[in-house]
Amino acid sequence: MYNLIGAGLIVIGAGIGLGQIGGKAMEGIARQPEATGKIQTAMIIIAALLEGLAFGALFLGK
Amino acid sequence: MKIAQKTIKFLTIAMVAFFTATTFASGTDKKHDDQNDGGRVNTKEEVEAYILHHIKDSHDFSLFSYTGDNGERHHFGFPLPIILWTSEGLVTFMSSEFHHNDDGHVIVEKKGLKFAKVHSKIYELDESASSINFDETHHPTNAHKVLDFSITKSVVGILFIGLLLLFWFSRLAKQYKTKKVPTGFARVLEPLVIYVRDEIAKPNIGEKHYRRFTGYLLTVFFFIWVLNLLGLTPFGFNVTGQLAVTACLAIFTLVIYTVSGTKGYWMHMVWMPGVPVLIRPVLAIIELAGALLIKPFSLLVRLFANISAGHIVVMSLIAIMFTLKESLGVVGATGLSLVLSFFITLIEVLVAFLQAYIFTMLSALFIGMAVEDHDEHH
Repeated sequence: MYNLIGAGLIVIGAGIGLGQIGGKAMEGIARQPEATGKIQTAMIIIAALLEGLAFGALFLGK
Repeated sequence: MKIAQKTIKFLTIAMVAFFTATTFASGTDKKHDDQNDGGRVNTKEEVEAYILHHIKDSHDFSLFSYTGDNGERHHFGFPLPIILWTSEGLVTFMSSEFHHNDDGHVIVEKKGLKFAKVHSKIYELDESASSINFDETHHPTNAHKVLDFSITKSVVGILFIGLLLLFWFSRLAKQYKTKKVPTGFARVLEPLVIYVRDEIAKPNIGEKHYRRFTGYLLTVFFFIWVLNLLGLTPFGFNVTGQLAVTACLAIFTLVIYTVSGTKGYWMHMVWMPGVPVLIRPVLAIIELAGALLIKPFSLLVRLFANISAGHIVVMSLIAIMFTLKESLGVVGATGLSLVLSFFITLIEVLVAFLQAYIFTMLSALFIGMAVEDHDEHH
């Protein structure tokens, strides 16, 4: 029961984080379309790091 | 035009045949259920058990199975060799000797030792025991695990993909000896190789050192990508969703960036220049934990969790066909599950590439951190 609540909290946190990353990347691309490639690469790396953290937490809480 | 009409006609007939067949099948099912209500299976539990079984590695390669009219279970597939290292030395036999039993009831005797398979793990029974006993948490009490080097389903997948990649890339490499532009399937591979080199290896590792590591990055990229795609075929492979496989890949990356780390890299890790002396040991602990534990752990968990989660979602959506059969009808449930699982599978094709890309990208990033020159003075 508690680990389900914990999993929910992890997903909420990760969702907020991913939303921030994606939103800011969109803004950046809209401002500077010529930097799309660089922004996308950085976005995917940060998203992957965040995902690793979230999955690690889910995995440990299982 | 004529051909198109013919195709449409054929498709219509096939669809009608398919749906009537499924309706008839479910009709007979229902009759069967009414006849012996006591033997009725709980669909939800069976689906859950099947998905969990698929996620795990198995000792035999079974494509599908069904229960015959006389209540007997028929399996289609082929057995794989079981190789064990026990107190009596090497023991080998085929997995067919377990007769698809997975709860320890079938006992195989080899070299005077007794073996049983419980949840895809092979146990050696104690000498006096004739059958396997379990405690409350379903752990065997009179048996212990043995070293298992079996050719399991995942090992078959890895060997198959390894040979396939060797074949593809040796042919691509050979073509450059005779002509400038590769032909045939090699033309698909060349842009991918250049993509990994120019977009992943070069910017992250740097102009000076990238050549040394491009081979590893290419291998890991294609290995993960093709295995992810193999996981989407109906053969039921889940190789990159095995912790052992992803852990092995992460350890390769760990060893490579640890071994090739420059003096500056280690200096920054254990005795960070430019910060007060008292903080240096604290930073050293954090940096060492990050480099030796957290980086490989995040690599292995990310790949494992993404692929396993994808497989669970696809199989759950396919299972809608059975779980919602009563409330939506056969056609409704089948259609819903077809549409949903089709689109999720398309997303999974993207995820298969993305995970291979991220693993390679982060490996390149970690290697780049280790080999970059720390010329600047703080």
